[in-house]
Amino acid sequence: MMGVGLSMEARPSPVKYLLLRVLIYALVSIAVLWVLTPFAISIMYAFVDPKQYYSKSVIIPALYTLDHVRKLLALGAYSAIINSVIVAVLTIVFSFALGLPAGYAFARYTFRGKDSLKLLIISLRMFPIIVIAVPLVTLYIRIGLSDSPLGVALAHTAMALPFVVLITSSIFAGIPKDLEEAGLIFGLSRAGVFLRITMPLALPGLAAAAIFTFIMSWNEVFIASVLTLTNRTLPAFILTSAMAATDFIKFAASFIMVLPAMIFVFIARKYLITMWGITLR
Amino acid sequence: MSKPNKLILERYVPYILIAPALAYLLFFIGYPLAQAIVLAFIKEGGFTLENINYLLYSPSSKFFEALYFTLLLALVVIPIQVAIALGLATLLNIKFRGRNAALYIIILPLTISDVAAGLIWYTLLSPNGFFNKLLMNLGVISEPIYFFGYQYRHMEFLAIVLTEIWRATAIVFVILFAGLQLVSGELIEAAEVFGANAWQRLKYIIFPLLKPSLQAALIIRTLFAFQVFGVVWTLAGRDIPVLAGEAYYEQVELRHTGVAAIYALVIAAMSVALGYLYIKMFRAKYLEAGT
Repeated sequence: MMGVGLSMEARPSPVKYLLLRVLIYALVSIAVLWVLTPFAISIMYAFVDPKQYYSKSVIIPALYTLDHVRKLLALGAYSAIINSVIVAVLTIVFSFALGLPAGYAFARYTFRGKDSLKLLIISLRMFPIIVIAVPLVTLYIRIGLSDSPLGVALAHTAMALPFVVLITSSIFAGIPKDLEEAGLIFGLSRAGVFLRITMPLALPGLAAAAIFTFIMSWNEVFIASVLTLTNRTLPAFILTSAMAATDFIKFAASFIMVLPAMIFVFIARKYLITMWGITLR
Repeated sequence: MSKPNKLILERYVPYILIAPALAYLLFFIGYPLAQAIVLAFIKEGGFTLENINYLLYSPSSKFFEALYFTLLLALVVIPIQVAIALGLATLLNIKFRGRNAALYIIILPLTISDVAAGLIWYTLLSPNGFFNKLLMNLGVISEPIYFFGYQYRHMEFLAIVLTEIWRATAIVFVILFAGLQLVSGELIEAAEVFGANAWQRLKYIIFPLLKPSLQAALIIRTLFAFQVFGVVWTLAGRDIPVLAGEAYYEQVELRHTGVAAIYALVIAAMSVALGYLYIKMFRAKYLEAGT
């Protein structure tokens, strides 16, 4: 039995090899189409001419218009986009200011309780962070943070921080220690080594991590819609306002929400699998 | 500063670096949890069951329905996602031309928000949407299939399931794919030399080694499923109530902060129970690796 298996498997005949390749490409194409078709259709329909949309015989529209996107922006999406960017940038600043030093410590130092502390961060990452939104409302009203981008950013920082610690830690761990030691020998201080050797080497990875954080905040809807009333972020604005609007406004809304995420992810695509691997493991 | 002093200080450096992040997290998780209990059970300085009574007995509360649909959705969606992700991970573990492009496309849905995913599928499935027009022009149906509205609740559920499979299968895929990359090629080659065929290699070597990743993917996906909100809210509103959706509705629409706080506590309790399982497993793996 085993001998047969060896001769069959070790050297597949050209026909069998070809069939296998065809099968692989067929299956991969199905998967790729399954993912891409909804994206393509929704982008098309965000710009569809209304008459064509209501015409039963037109599946792929030939006429397009910018009206829907314009209307959505006029409806309040413009200021919501600005709020979303403010929240996301503040989230990056806060979560990196707090998380980067911790990530560095986990990557470069050995100390008592390191394992338990890392495990604590990992388990905090599992916490369903949306549940903090409701109680935070009362606190924010008391300290004057309610309905403010800053308040949302502080909550988003709690969401992003464990990821930033774990990602930066793995980025720093990937930089050879020898280089830092060489820097120390040649007379740099610890801070000097960090600023002039470690940081430049870590920068591409850190930029990708920042993009990742931006998208996390940009996409978050529950916390943002509970904590804001007039200063809505984009997803919160769409959840409350666009849902009551016409279909075209909804199509345009999904396009506007998806676009920056796609662009950013395209820039950081090299790091994408690794990054998600780290954050989800 | 003298030298010994500096050495002692050096020992505290890692703790000083970690403390701010940890303090921030503990505050932003600990304080809201404590506050949620207060909001839920304290009124005007005294203990109250008002909120919990509303939650359990009021005709306008949809707590049990929300619990039912949250669990049902997880139960329907997750097995399908795991099966698809397992197949895709095995497929993409084979080297072929264009593999990286395929990988990039398959994980694309990871990067978009749940609200956007809901709206994208609304575009596809609405009465004048792509799906209905395609089927009508192909002659498969003569009237559009309605997916939205309370009277089509079953179809709404189907739309949510489809969207969740489209959007979040990639989460499971990434974990399984990463796990598969860790399975050493040498082991598989050795099995090949000893005559194991493709199915035997899969069954006796790859699956057992993949088990930790599979468990992790299952738990993480279930944790996310407990928080499902954006997709359900955009496609079905309260027709299909879920826990996070009801928390949102009670807080934002009705200003029942105490009731919303109980929903938050329920989601937190369910997640912590599941997370505990995960940590127990992870710890075992973590210590085995000797780091």
